[in-house]
Amino acid sequence: MTPAERIGAMRQGGAAASRMLAAPLIRAGVALALVIAVGIIFHADGAFFKVATHRDAFRQGSVFGILACGMTVVVISGGIDLAVGSILALVAVSFSVMSIWWQWPAGAAVVASLAVGTACGVISGGLVAKLRLQPFIATLAMMVFARGLAKTFSGGTKVSTAIPRPGGSFDYAQIPEVFRWIDSRTLGGNVSMVTMIFAVTLLVSWIALERHRWGRELYAIGGNEEAARLSGVPVGLSKTLAYAFCGLTAAVAALCQAAQEQQGDPEAGAGYELTAIAIVVVGGTTLTGARGGIGFTLIGTITIGYLDKILSINAVPEASRLMLTGAIIVGAVLAQRRGRT
Amino acid sequence: MSASPIVALKGIGKSFGETAVLRDVDFNIHPGEVHLLAGENGAGKSTLIKILAGVYQDYSGSIELEGTAIRPRSPADAQALGIAVIHQELSIVPSMTVADNLFLGGFLCRGGLVSDRLQRAEARKLLSEFGVDVDPGGLAGDLPVSAQQMIEITRALRARARVVVMDEPTSALNAVDTERLYGLIARLKERRCGIVYITHKMEEIHRVADRITVLRDGAFAGAAKASELPIARLIEWMVGRTIDKQYHRESPAFGAELLRVENFSVANAKAGLPPLVCDASFSLRSGEILGVAGLQGSGNSELFWALFGALEQRPSGSVYFAGERFDARSPQASIRKGIALLTNDRKATGLVLSMSAVANITLASIARHSPGGWRRSQSERAAAESAARSVRLRAASLGMEAGQLSGGNQQKVVLAKLMETRPKLLLLDDPTRGVDVGAKFEIYRLMNEWTSTGTAILLISSELPELLGMSDRVMVMHRGRVSAMMDKAEATPQRVLAAAMGQRPERIQ
Repeated sequence: MTPAERIGAMRQGGAAASRMLAAPLIRAGVALALVIAVGIIFHADGAFFKVATHRDAFRQGSVFGILACGMTVVVISGGIDLAVGSILALVAVSFSVMSIWWQWPAGAAVVASLAVGTACGVISGGLVAKLRLQPFIATLAMMVFARGLAKTFSGGTKVSTAIPRPGGSFDYAQIPEVFRWIDSRTLGGNVSMVTMIFAVTLLVSWIALERHRWGRELYAIGGNEEAARLSGVPVGLSKTLAYAFCGLTAAVAALCQAAQEQQGDPEAGAGYELTAIAIVVVGGTTLTGARGGIGFTLIGTITIGYLDKILSINAVPEASRLMLTGAIIVGAVLAQRRGRT
Repeated sequence: MSASPIVALKGIGKSFGETAVLRDVDFNIHPGEVHLLAGENGAGKSTLIKILAGVYQDYSGSIELEGTAIRPRSPADAQALGIAVIHQELSIVPSMTVADNLFLGGFLCRGGLVSDRLQRAEARKLLSEFGVDVDPGGLAGDLPVSAQQMIEITRALRARARVVVMDEPTSALNAVDTERLYGLIARLKERRCGIVYITHKMEEIHRVADRITVLRDGAFAGAAKASELPIARLIEWMVGRTIDKQYHRESPAFGAELLRVENFSVANAKAGLPPLVCDASFSLRSGEILGVAGLQGSGNSELFWALFGALEQRPSGSVYFAGERFDARSPQASIRKGIALLTNDRKATGLVLSMSAVANITLASIARHSPGGWRRSQSERAAAESAARSVRLRAASLGMEAGQLSGGNQQKVVLAKLMETRPKLLLLDDPTRGVDVGAKFEIYRLMNEWTSTGTAILLISSELPELLGMSDRVMVMHRGRVSAMMDKAEATPQRVLAAAMGQRPERIQ
């Protein structure tokens, strides 16, 4: 091999490696690996190696992960949904009112609650697709509106098993069976039910995006809405459905949240929309749309979830944790960006 | 005749990738003279202007300003050197006042704060100097286009421009405003400014020009004093003498009438402006290629969009497609009916650059590959592969993002997408724009192939020889109206260009 050939071969090898690194999914995986490496180094006297730690990390991340699935679908279409935190509160309140106050059967309460979340999404989607409001504005309005509706519906208090009576005393109801079921563990106690619900949400979202015509349409709209329209894509319908789906996942997250807290808190979910967006972005789905997917969001969820867990088992104070998380979001996104020029 | 030019461009050359768009062009701008730069769409006029204006820096050749070599590195740099360009698209900030617009980028300040009073006083002085009658405190966006243009010109002159370039300044002006602009130009000439003027309007040429230079296919085609140049000669320079044999239209076999359009009109989305298409009537047989000639603003692209149902505003008139009345409501409905549109800007409206070639090719026919909504990747891939073969797409892999393909291959992806919808009528708006020569030939071959199976084509081309070479008949449009309909034998470049400029053919013959 002449020196020139050797340099050529080295360049080729280097190019192959950098091409590998350029694959966005791998870049996202590298970020996750780094976080896990940090966990192994700062294992907090072996706490990081316990099954319970991982189970809890997943349980705590699941509600955000479920929200992030719907958010991913909207972001791929070139939009954003700021209302998911408020929709979560509204549905958590609705679910608790139906299950605790009205004693509805579990199936009816679940279906009606999911319908409430989906309806909110349909309204956001309609504002975006039919009235052509900017997604930011339309969902900001829905965010404020749904929060108000949640407070109206709950009478401004938390809806719990302590039911207030006119005289000022309380009736104490049983915790509904469906709450207990959602908050239980499965697979020999190793996996929380909410994590299973997250897994199912992931799977459904993945199938919708990767295997259904609708997903392809969303990628096309996010990439070039005008080209999509001229190719006969029903742009308005597809977009509306994206927000509807996001509302549905917010409702699913709300069921989990209500079951875990054993109450419907009209103040719940404040700021969750930002965590969901952070997960989507850290995973590697671009906020401008068209690039990314559910696989990225899974990695983003685990990255953010582990980061939080590692900081908490090492007893990093809340204030520092927030600052660190902010810095890490910027770092992760900058690393992603270098992949695409 | 003035002695030395203000600006001299010498031996300018410029290419985009493989394609040379300018070759060894000389162009001089003399003080107190209007130098008209003429040529067909795509002849290289805009590129030359952009080089002078500092938009492009990677060109060959040199530019001299009053004898010293310059090389504008940015539009701001060019402006500082005294070169002002009035682009076709105005760069007015509609939400700011006239005075703010005049001093944009260099607001007049007093004590570090922008002084409205100072700006308005100064603006009033400037505006009256150039005979522009507008209130400096009014919002620029409330003014008619002509007044906005005057403001833009005034702004350019405020920076003591020695050379003013105007790119089709009258395209949005009515007769009165056009006269006003001519008055302004006369005033600029008195100040010994050099003016470069680009226009597509025949009637303007002798009205404003002192000197004319014609570009053709990126090269110098001729130059003369305006008073010594008959129009027939000018057109000859613009189109060249012969049509190349490269446009091989195979002997067509026409079938029954496929499309009949009667009194078709499309209103302008902006109120108060003339309609985009006005009272157009024509018909098309299956297997036929009807060329639709027209310069910028002729409405031929808009005609395509309206026929395809892609415009907001509903057209009036009647369209019969395959014997039935057809009102295009949406692109979706038109595609189902068997109509396909290729837009003239594949990046903006043709492709989803972030998606794979397969996804792009199957985008318009996705329903066929997803019974019940569930996509069948196998079926998509097979269809994309066979479509890619038939358009001779060259891509390392069909999984590549469309944005990574070359211009010619991107265009083939769009064509493959259209053909996958199995259209009976193709609306092709400049199908060979930005495409290398090899791909051009293949696109011509495909057009022959498709028409031989009965597909009809409406064709727009920014290259007149291509349009004449590939069309069986030519329809010419001028400002929204059909100004001529010619058979292949009648359609000489001279006649078509004259009709496109709104002249009766007899007057130049």
